[in-house]
Amino acid sequence: MAEHTVSQPLAQMRPINSAEKKIRVGKVIGLLALILISILMLGPLFIMLSTALKDQQTVFLFPPKWIPNPMHWGNFAEALTTRPFGQYFLNTFKYAIIGTFGEVLSSAIVAYGFSRYRGRGRNTLFIVVLATMMIPYPVVMIPQFVLFKTLGWTDSYLPLIVPSFFGSAYIIFLLRQFFNSLPNDLFEAARLDGFSEVRAFWNIAVPLCKPALASAAIFGFMFRWNDYLGPLIYLNTDANYTVSIALATFSGQYSITPWHLLMAASLVAVLPPVLLFFFAQKYFVEGIAISGLK
Amino acid sequence: MVLFIGGPIIMSLYFSFTQYNIANPPVFVGMKNYVSLFHDPLFWKSIKVTLYFTIVSVPVGLILSLLTAMLVNLDIPGQRFFRTIIYLPTVISGVAMAMLWTWLLNPQLGIVNYLIYKFFHVQGPQWLFSETWVIPSLVVMTFWGLGGNMVIYLAGLKGVPDSLYEAAQLDGASKFRQFWNITLPMVSPTTLFLLITGIIGSFQVFVQAAVMTQGGPNYASYFFVYFLYQQAFGSSNMGYASAMAWVLLIGVLILTWIVMKLSTRWVYYEGGN
Repeated sequence: MAEHTVSQPLAQMRPINSAEKKIRVGKVIGLLALILISILMLGPLFIMLSTALKDQQTVFLFPPKWIPNPMHWGNFAEALTTRPFGQYFLNTFKYAIIGTFGEVLSSAIVAYGFSRYRGRGRNTLFIVVLATMMIPYPVVMIPQFVLFKTLGWTDSYLPLIVPSFFGSAYIIFLLRQFFNSLPNDLFEAARLDGFSEVRAFWNIAVPLCKPALASAAIFGFMFRWNDYLGPLIYLNTDANYTVSIALATFSGQYSITPWHLLMAASLVAVLPPVLLFFFAQKYFVEGIAISGLK
Repeated sequence: MVLFIGGPIIMSLYFSFTQYNIANPPVFVGMKNYVSLFHDPLFWKSIKVTLYFTIVSVPVGLILSLLTAMLVNLDIPGQRFFRTIIYLPTVISGVAMAMLWTWLLNPQLGIVNYLIYKFFHVQGPQWLFSETWVIPSLVVMTFWGLGGNMVIYLAGLKGVPDSLYEAAQLDGASKFRQFWNITLPMVSPTTLFLLITGIIGSFQVFVQAAVMTQGGPNYASYFFVYFLYQQAFGSSNMGYASAMAWVLLIGVLILTWIVMKLSTRWVYYEGGN
C-alpha cells in the first residue's frame, strides 16, 4: 500500500502510455464486475434476513419492502418454537460431530497405512479406494437400507453414523497426499527411538497434518449438516428429525406458506456452517486447493 | 470401507434381478426390471431431465467459475473480501438453500420477478411452476454456489508461471490470445477434474426435486435420483430401484470414461504425457 502512494506522483508526472491505460481500464472493469458479482451473491442472503424480519402482511406486499419497519425479531422465537427445533439442532449436531469424528479418524488411519506401508498390492488397493469415490450414493443406498432395516437400526442415527467409521475415499485421498509429503527421515528417526507405528502415527504424523485434518473435518461437518437424503430415508419419528428434514416439512402445518417464519428458521439453520466458515476460513481454502490440485 | 461399498454394490446388482419390497424376501425375476425400465416413459423422461440439467449447468458453471476466478486473481485491492463473499453461498446448501430459492423465485411475491418487472416492465416467468423454466431456474440456482469451483480454479491459476505471460507479452500476444493459449491449457487439468466431479454431482440431484418441485410441473424436473427414491421408498419397488441404480452407475462410469478418453486431446500436462 505504502509503495502505491509513493509511486502515485511519479505516475502523474510522466505521460501515461496506452498500455498502462489499458491495464488500468481493465482493472476498473474487473472491480465493477466483482462488485456486481458480490451483490448477486449477497442479495439472496439479504432477502432471507429481510423476509425473516417481516410480519405476515408485509411479506405479501408488492412491491416488496427491502428493509421491514418495524423489524419483527420475535419471528425467530416463533419459528423455532412452533416445532421442537432445539431437539432438531441437537440431533443434527450429534450426527455431524460424531459422524465427522469417525470419518476423519478412520480415514487418517487408512491414509497413514497407504502412505507408510510399502507392500505388494498397495497401489491396486488405493485405486480401488479411489474408484469408490465415483460410486454414486444411490447405488449403495438400497442394500445399506435393507441391511440396517434387518438389524433394526432404522429410525436411529446408527445407519447414518456407523458407516462413517469406515472412512471416506475423498478424505483418505486428501490425507494420503499430506502424509506422503512428510519426510521419511522423520519416521526413520522415530523408529530408531523405539516408537511403535501407532505412536509414530499419533505423535508425529497427526500433529503435523493438523491443517489437513481440520479441512477434512470441516467438509465432513458441512456435508452432514446439509445432508437430506440420508436422514430422510432412515428417520421417521419427529423427535429424531434433523434440521434439514424439519425445514423441508416446515410449511406442511400451515395452509399458506409462512415465508417470514420459514426464512427465519432457514437463517438459523445456516448459521452453524456460516459461522464455521468465518472462523475457519483458511482451512476451507487449503482443503479445496489440495484436493483440486491433485 | 470396501465392505460398506463393495458389498452393497454386489447386493444391489442381485436385487436388480428380483422383485423385492423388503416385507417379503426377494423373488428372482431375471431381466424383467430392466425390460420394464426401458419401456417406462418416466425412466426416459428422468434421464432427459437429468441430462438437460447436466449439459447446461456443468459447462456454463465451469466457464463462469473460471471467469470469476480470473477476476479475483486480478491485482486489485480488496480481493480477500471478494473471495470470501463469493465463496460464502457455497456453505449454504441443501434444504435451507432450496427454501430460500423457492421464495426468491416465487412468481408473484419473489424478488426475482419484482426486479424483472421493475427494470424491464414485463411479467417474469413462472419459474418453478413452468415446464419450460423449471430446469433453467435450478441451473441458475447452482451458479449461486460457483465459489467452490472458483477457489479450485484460483489455485490452478496461481500455478501458472508469470514468465509465460511475460514471454507472450514480448511477442505481442493479445490478452485474448494469452487467455486462449496460456491460461486455458494450463488450467485444463483442473477443468477435467471439475468436469468429472460436476457431471457425477449433477447426475445425483435430489434435494431440489424433492423439496422445491416434487419433480413437477408435469415431471419437468423429475430427476433420475428422485425417481429412484420414489420407486425405492415411495412404492417399495426395491428391485426396480436397484436396476435404476445400476443404470446410474454404468452411466456414470461410461461418461467418465468418455470424458477421460477425450481429455487427452485437450488436457495439457506439464512435462508431457
